[in-house]
Amino acid sequence: MSEKTYKPGNYPDLPPPPGTVGVYGWIKQNLFSSISNSLLTIISVVLLYYLIDGIIGWFFLDAVFDADSKIACRKIDNGACWAVITRRVGQFVYGFYPETERWRIDITFLTMFVAFAPLLYPDIPKRKWLLYFSVFYPFFAFVLIMGGYFGLQKIEYSLFGGFMLTVILGVCGIVCSLPLGILLALGRQSNLTVVRTLSVCFIEFMRGVPLITLLFVASSMLNYFLPPGTNFSILVRVIIMFTFFSAAYIAEVIRGGIQAIPKGQYEAADALGMNYWQKTRFITLPQALKISIPGIVNTFIGLYKDTTLVVVIGLLDPLGIGRAALADTKWNGLSTETYLFVALFFFVSCFAMSRYSLWLENKLNTDKK
Amino acid sequence: MVVNKNKSSKPVIEIKEMHKWFGNFHVLKNISLGVNQGERIVICGPSGSGKSTLIRCINRLEVHQQGDIIVNNVQLTGDLKNLEAIRSDVGMVFQSFNLFPHLTVIENCTLAPIWVKKLPKKEAEELAMELLTRVKIPEQALKFPGQLSGGQQQRVAIARSLCMQPKIMLFDEPTSALDPEMIKEVLDTMIELAETGMTMLVVTHEMGFAKKVADSVIFMDEGEIIEQNDPKNFFNNPKNDRTKLFLSQILNH
Repeated sequence: MSEKTYKPGNYPDLPPPPGTVGVYGWIKQNLFSSISNSLLTIISVVLLYYLIDGIIGWFFLDAVFDADSKIACRKIDNGACWAVITRRVGQFVYGFYPETERWRIDITFLTMFVAFAPLLYPDIPKRKWLLYFSVFYPFFAFVLIMGGYFGLQKIEYSLFGGFMLTVILGVCGIVCSLPLGILLALGRQSNLTVVRTLSVCFIEFMRGVPLITLLFVASSMLNYFLPPGTNFSILVRVIIMFTFFSAAYIAEVIRGGIQAIPKGQYEAADALGMNYWQKTRFITLPQALKISIPGIVNTFIGLYKDTTLVVVIGLLDPLGIGRAALADTKWNGLSTETYLFVALFFFVSCFAMSRYSLWLENKLNTDKK
Repeated sequence: MVVNKNKSSKPVIEIKEMHKWFGNFHVLKNISLGVNQGERIVICGPSGSGKSTLIRCINRLEVHQQGDIIVNNVQLTGDLKNLEAIRSDVGMVFQSFNLFPHLTVIENCTLAPIWVKKLPKKEAEELAMELLTRVKIPEQALKFPGQLSGGQQQRVAIARSLCMQPKIMLFDEPTSALDPEMIKEVLDTMIELAETGMTMLVVTHEMGFAKKVADSVIFMDEGEIIEQNDPKNFFNNPKNDRTKLFLSQILNH
């Protein structure tokens, strides 16, 4: 084809041979490259068709979205009976928080995104002003959720439950455990023997004990260890335990990141006359945290899902609410629908975290741009 | 050869009977060396001869165990206050550049001036741009180090050190990690720097550079300074046999 001759140094850039690039090329290479491969493709497509058809049928087409009970559902159609969710969605979301006060949770939840935006997206416009709000937000959220100030009705923590409880535990645990984890990681690398020993002991103890044990400690024993007179609500005690537990893991993840930084980075910083805190702030942490993003988010997702363990000390997380719903004679036996719904909630939250971490990794990748 | 008019007889570095060990290994043996202000010294020798360790002792990236090192009339000890003062007066350029990969070129250059020397940000940026212009890459200021070639990265590293306005510059094999076609641009930058009268200690195997700018060439082997002479005598009639052997190995190929 290209029988033409060119003088040395003048060979032009030719297009690739036809059928190797583009949609057609991709299909040919990946789906129909041989007879057995083509057969597999066709069989897979047929199986996928039946699978998807069945799933869509059960989930949507044959599903019942509102009915008085499981028996009423079955009379209407034979797909999923989502009525157990739609009839109890308030409980799934707010637990037993009084219905008239639920707007407070809604506002807290929506403003949470405003508070997190400047922390998660450094390029956001008006970031400085939004950061003031982020600092103020914890107090705002506390007052709004707990009440007791500014004429807001005081709500007992024992009424908390459902997704709201998951989000409170998860977000507080995540927000508190990152700084604590960083301090522990630095402490473990410290030259000061006391600081290093304390950090190592804390990390090893927290990692070496099952989370459930810590939660039982939180619910029954923590007050013995605290100074007399202090009395935290069970919610705060559980948050402290979640924070400690995941901080220990995060510390180890970050320590891995710190150790991955080449020695030359510290030598360059030393040679420029930077002191320990300057090195830590400008050289060590930015690079170590960037390397550790996948591990940190992994730990966060683990923590978020582990919040369901609070059911063992009597707090009603979504699984607890689900169990309560299933115990109702009207909805007896709809565990598939109930647990799928709870699973969907967790999946959406965790998938969002995972995508954010991918986005952040890409953004911080300064090697190729 | 560039005639050095900036050389004075005022010593800025004095090393007296200095020894260093790595564990039981005696890497530097009885080193005594004086460097005057504006003087350009090239240190060469086979690998493992302790030449890098020697210049790394001068800003205490390595700690010596015996003898004295006095830089700018300050004795190097474990005292952190002294150390930070000396380090901001002594710039260092490394074989592997050691630029901060998460910061842009200009941020690399302004970080230490802003936080260590407490220079206002705007002034630090102006100074950085001036020095980046001097090393001929002002247009790369907003890029990240990973996007530059090796030669460009090394020139940024030189500019970064110069931004601290040091009195002494240490070069630890600055061209050893570079592709051949990039060595020249870095050496040219160093020659220009020499012409400004900077006191320089350079560990290198670039003998052309030594002949051109050095006031004095030092040959080290097995942790000792074997021979020190002006470049003309050093290359034309080396006195020590080991120096002769070394020169024959690196010059005749």
